[in-house]
Amino acid sequence: MELLIFYPLAGFCVALALGVIFNKSPVGSAISLIGMMLGLAGIFVLQQAHFIAILQIIIYAGAIMVLFMFVIMLLNLKQGENEGWASREKNLLLSVLTGFLAIGILYKIWQVLFSVDMDTPASLPDSFGTVAVIGETLFTDFVLPFEVASILLLTAMVGAVVLAKTKLD
Amino acid sequence: MLENSVPLSHYLMLSATLFVIGVAGVLIRRNVIVVFMSIEIMLNAVNISLIAFDNYMNLSNGQIFSFMVMCVAAAEVSVGLAIIIALHRNKPSVNLDDFNLLKW
Amino acid sequence: MLLKLTCLIPLFPLIGSIINGFFGLKIGKKAVGFIACGSMTLSFLTSVLVYVGYLMLPEGQHVYEQVVWTWFGASDFNVDFGFQVDPLTLVMIFVVTGIGLIIHVYAVGYMQEEFSYYRFFAYFNLFVSAMLLLVMGNNFLLMFIGWEGVGLCSYFLIGYYFEKKSACDAGTKAFIVNRVGDFAFLLAVMYIFNIFGTIDFTEVMHAAPEKLIYAGEAVTIITMLLFVGATGKSAQIPLYTWLPDAMEGPTPVSALIHAATMVTAGVYMLVRCSVLFNLSPMTMTVVAFIGGGTAIMAATIGMTQFDIKRVLAYSTVSQIGYMFMACGVGAYTAAIFHLVTHAFFKACLFLGSGSVIHGIHGEQDMRKMGGLKKHMPITYWTFLISALTIAGIPPLAGFFSKDEVLYHSLMDGNIIFWGMGISAALLTAFYMFRLVFMTFHGESRVDPSVHPHESPKMMTMPLVVLAGLATVGGMLGLPFLHGWHILHNWLEPVLHFDLANALQHSEHMLHEAGRHAPSWAHLLEPKEHNGWIEFALMVFSTVVAITGVVGAYIFYIKRPDLPEKFTQGQWGLDMVQNKYYVDELYDDVFVKPTVEGSNLLWKECDAKAIDGAVNGAAKTIGWFSRQAQTLQSGFVRNYALFIVVGFISLLLAMF
Repeated sequence: MELLIFYPLAGFCVALALGVIFNKSPVGSAISLIGMMLGLAGIFVLQQAHFIAILQIIIYAGAIMVLFMFVIMLLNLKQGENEGWASREKNLLLSVLTGFLAIGILYKIWQVLFSVDMDTPASLPDSFGTVAVIGETLFTDFVLPFEVASILLLTAMVGAVVLAKTKLD
Repeated sequence: MLENSVPLSHYLMLSATLFVIGVAGVLIRRNVIVVFMSIEIMLNAVNISLIAFDNYMNLSNGQIFSFMVMCVAAAEVSVGLAIIIALHRNKPSVNLDDFNLLKW
Repeated sequence: MLLKLTCLIPLFPLIGSIINGFFGLKIGKKAVGFIACGSMTLSFLTSVLVYVGYLMLPEGQHVYEQVVWTWFGASDFNVDFGFQVDPLTLVMIFVVTGIGLIIHVYAVGYMQEEFSYYRFFAYFNLFVSAMLLLVMGNNFLLMFIGWEGVGLCSYFLIGYYFEKKSACDAGTKAFIVNRVGDFAFLLAVMYIFNIFGTIDFTEVMHAAPEKLIYAGEAVTIITMLLFVGATGKSAQIPLYTWLPDAMEGPTPVSALIHAATMVTAGVYMLVRCSVLFNLSPMTMTVVAFIGGGTAIMAATIGMTQFDIKRVLAYSTVSQIGYMFMACGVGAYTAAIFHLVTHAFFKACLFLGSGSVIHGIHGEQDMRKMGGLKKHMPITYWTFLISALTIAGIPPLAGFFSKDEVLYHSLMDGNIIFWGMGISAALLTAFYMFRLVFMTFHGESRVDPSVHPHESPKMMTMPLVVLAGLATVGGMLGLPFLHGWHILHNWLEPVLHFDLANALQHSEHMLHEAGRHAPSWAHLLEPKEHNGWIEFALMVFSTVVAITGVVGAYIFYIKRPDLPEKFTQGQWGLDMVQNKYYVDELYDDVFVKPTVEGSNLLWKECDAKAIDGAVNGAAKTIGWFSRQAQTLQSGFVRNYALFIVVGFISLLLAMF
């Protein structure tokens, strides 16, 4: 039953991801990316990770993508003549390499998955993935990384402001 | 009790596929912003794996970790985009191959 | 407990040096002088307290050791940063801090006009601190630090007027000549560690009679090396050449080097290691010969010099020669006694000459002095007292100490040593009064534009104090009655040496090694203290001293034309006046070959072979780098590609 939801969602995500990298206009890429992120949120829901799913929508599809769109518009980017694909010879090489990578990774996973019996998941408690459980873990075991993350975000904020300022003085 | 009838391998395959698409994007596109987006795809792909294992083993560490990944991604994007703006101010281009001053 | 203050004695001058060195320019001249003299005063007062503490030690204990921290340790090699207080150290501490303090006060007046006043006092304090470390350290290595420290500070101070080339050269010369001796000293320390497994004074001196064979090779090598080290610091043949050149420094420096610090270090070291020297009769003979030879040679050179400070410098070399001769015949007490009285009168003489130079605006040539008696009475009278002292006129201090050296050189040595000593005494009396008469008496030959004047109180007061000490210093060791010889009784625990016991051990060791022990029985015959001979010698040496003075009077006051006539056409004079051409000899034998050899090494080995190899290596690497730099294209995606390639390789490795 859930597989019925999984396959369309997964296909949707992969298709939109391909859309991101093959779209010639940056705006098109960005919109595809938003779609992919929303699709991934669906996948997360399917995995019972509701909190992460919400975060995915708020942070990624919301905040980060808005930032992308904002920058694209600020820079007034259009589809340039030489801004699409790399040159042909280079492209061939890169495609081959990427293909190798893809085949390598997928084969490896396949190999591992079928050598080990991994398809009997633990039965999950009702509370799995809820804000309460995540919050408790976050503020007990992971409180230090959490604080570090806050400092990281602050630094990034200040850094972004400084970098994007017109004059560095 | 919650049941998850989608096998782990499916999630991992999805994750790997998305990751490879992200790598391909980084390699073949020359537009800085699209390269950035491809990096976001890769980060998301990793998040799927993390949560899939979480789900499989009944833990919450992976979710915490993906949360951290999001934080890092947010920071990276904000700084990265600021750099792009600063770059664009010096050289009105978003073509990565135009920025090749950092060499011998 | 008062002895706990020991470590503060060298610390005060060090702190003063640091303050003056780093903040001297900001705090002003007055404060600099105050800090320099204040630190010395504190150091001196601490010495007094330590002395009181030492007197309160329980009966039978005559060494106090204070380990401040363990300096370094490597398996069984441990070096403590520790101080020791024993009678010998106390004597030296009092000489160094006491005379040092007086010279400091004098220098405050003398150096008043100098621009880098603070630099001078920073070095000055450091000098005293290093010397204190030298005399107070409880092991050879700590002594070596002080040893090197005084060498370094002498370099700083001799080259104080660094804008003058001759001063720089003199500083370098002092440093390099000292280095020769230092190297020998260091070798001796290593050898000592090799044999004893420790470098602590107390332990080494305690174990020496049991571990070293009397007159064996080991002890001879050690003591010869130590002696070479001492000749460097104490300016004896063959390493004395630096001391006369050291006159390039300001006069208080000369006084400090000659009286309180530095040159006495060698004598101190010999006395400190008296046990080792006692075990090696051969070294003792060498020491005595070198000492006596130096005494005569320096005295003859001193007779022909015209620079007032150079005459005094040669007189120092000569007097230190006396001390070495005393050590060489085993009369360590006499050596220390002469060291102390010499510190008094030589400091007074140098400071007096400084006062003269100051009074006639920097002129040092005695041919341009004369008749200064009426212009600077205090300087004259103190100088005269000191000159009488060094000439050996009773009852001044120098008479007693010099006479003791001479007596022992005859009784414990032989008539040759005594002959050397007594002729040097004649020459000393002569050239000292030549100096006095040329400077203070007779017609004034001073440049008419210069108006001689007496020095300020700051400078004359130290002279008076030192002249007083030179007068009464002889009380430390009155002759004839053993009980009266304060210094002898005081130093007895340090110098105690049981020859019979040492010989027994040596015989035992030789037998174990399967060798035959020579007969040493004659060494153990007790020596009589003959009061009559001593008295006769005293009378004789007084007569000799007076002869010298009268001779100088005839030559330089009565018949000033005599020296000219006397030396006319004498081939020997040229040689003596040119200091026996020793400097030229060293220049030809050591300096020039070294310079030429270095030039050769530089041009051939260094510039061609070594530089070629180094540059060649650099060029090869440069070529590789140029090949590799094509990898750094500047295209970001190229770099990403490398990452991917690496990733794929990893995957391949995992398959």
